[in-house]
Amino acid sequence: MPSIWSFPRITRRAGKVWQRNLEVFLKTWKVNFFPPFIEALLYLSAIGLGIGTYVGAIDGVPYITYIAPAILAISVMNSAFFECTYGSYVRMYYQKSFDAIIATPLSIEDVIAGEILWGATRSVISVAVMLPVLVAFKVISLPFSLFAIPLAFLGGLMFAGLAMCFTAITPSIDTLNYPSFLLITPMMLFSGTFFPLSVLPVIFQDIALAVFPLTHIVALMRMATLPSASALLPLHIAWILAATVIFCVISINLMRRRLIV
Amino acid sequence: MDAPSTDGYRRDLMPVIIEADDLTKTYNDTVAVSHIRFEVNKGEIFGFLGPNGAGKTTTMRMIECISPRTSGTLLVFGMDPDKRPADIKEQIGVVPQETNLDPDFTCVGNLLTYARYFDIPPAEAEKRAGNLLAFVALTEKRDTAIDKISGGMKRRLILARALINNPGLLILDEPTIGLDPQARHLIWERLRLLRAQGNTIVLTTHYLDEAARLCDRLVIMDHGTFLVEGTPADLVREQVGSEIIEMDNTPEVIACLEDLGVPYEILGDQVQVATDASRELAKTLLDRCKKSRVSTRPATLEDVFLKLTGRTLRE
Repeated sequence: MPSIWSFPRITRRAGKVWQRNLEVFLKTWKVNFFPPFIEALLYLSAIGLGIGTYVGAIDGVPYITYIAPAILAISVMNSAFFECTYGSYVRMYYQKSFDAIIATPLSIEDVIAGEILWGATRSVISVAVMLPVLVAFKVISLPFSLFAIPLAFLGGLMFAGLAMCFTAITPSIDTLNYPSFLLITPMMLFSGTFFPLSVLPVIFQDIALAVFPLTHIVALMRMATLPSASALLPLHIAWILAATVIFCVISINLMRRRLIV
Repeated sequence: MDAPSTDGYRRDLMPVIIEADDLTKTYNDTVAVSHIRFEVNKGEIFGFLGPNGAGKTTTMRMIECISPRTSGTLLVFGMDPDKRPADIKEQIGVVPQETNLDPDFTCVGNLLTYARYFDIPPAEAEKRAGNLLAFVALTEKRDTAIDKISGGMKRRLILARALINNPGLLILDEPTIGLDPQARHLIWERLRLLRAQGNTIVLTTHYLDEAARLCDRLVIMDHGTFLVEGTPADLVREQVGSEIIEMDNTPEVIACLEDLGVPYEILGDQVQVATDASRELAKTLLDRCKKSRVSTRPATLEDVFLKLTGRTLRE
């Protein structure tokens, strides 16, 4: 039995699982493209315009411009995470899709890799739908903000891999609520999204930097949309790359352990 | 266990599709399949029978390269499932026990999506899907969603899906479970047609009439091991005899049978006597054991099955 650290053998057949999910998604594309569009409008209006009136500027940046990259980053996280927790769990457990697919030349490694790749694609789609809204509000700058797209893919892979780890060990669909509320919600609030980390006690800043994947995505998104690169850029990228590899490798091995008996 | 020669095959000329020797599968401490040995030849329908928990599905899953074996050797198309699973899976079609069609697609959508997993080009897939829908009599349901078709149609669609890659080996785990007689007959007829075209078929079933009608050879399994192997007719003849005489379970009848020294079995309000010479024996019994109904019927695979695996409920 391979350990959870062994590097999975994935073939190009993983793309067929990705293609299956894309086809299903496009069948109901109107319903699927709408939420990120509305989400961007709601956040910008309520938090940007509403709360922003009282906040004024942060670090010399208008509040609505400050939170615009956070809206993108949160969307990257949510799209991939929820696709690869609830979405993948439904396909695995209720629809028995994985069982059907591994009876073909695809391996379980291919299937999970395809699911993770699809989760990352959901992140890219969300960001791509949101970008025009943010441009219309004049809260992000072009062309540097286009870096949000590749960043969405990378961040999407990271959150999809993380999500798949939970999906691999969850006893039921209900227990997937734990990571959602205990990890995703706190991250959404305390990762330098709606206020700078620097206002928090140092210990919380350290935690956010050390263990919250979202912190690094928000920081990079902000560098792209303002734009304002800092010396920390390579460190954020390195953190994300390392976490992505670790989450994806572990999740595929955990899934094999769950499904191949 | 040597297969009987009465099945009419020149076995030495038939290529072997599946070869298992000392095949064993354990889950933690439970032994699901224990040191079984069998060969399945090209062009035959080979059945696995047995009560629930006998190890049939586990054996299927090992052949399908879905479940790794614990020990022993297994070769499918001459290849080891541990080493070349994709190459083996390319050539097999699987009808699982559980219906796992993709509810996000229509009937034809299920076939086309599945075809893609086998790298079948879209135009060819479209052609095969049309033919297969006709083969399982579902052409009219082509564009219907999966949740809008009946259970019997779902089983037929799964059979069509299993054939999308023109498999040389078809593996069916309880193919007709829960189907009405019409649908069962349609599936049987299709399976015979596939065999006639040279396909090899391995199936598990609880329906002994199904096994008797379809299988060229079969094994009866229990507790992970084979009890017997052979053709349905040979097994019935060897294990039970050609006919069964049934009588009422009364003290007079028992006394009479004891008197005659005829071996019998008591089943509730019935007494059964298995025999090869039913006419003479029935006559004797009618003459000697008066006051009882005496009826004879041909022995079936079910009699063999119950004799070998007992009548105790499983699970």
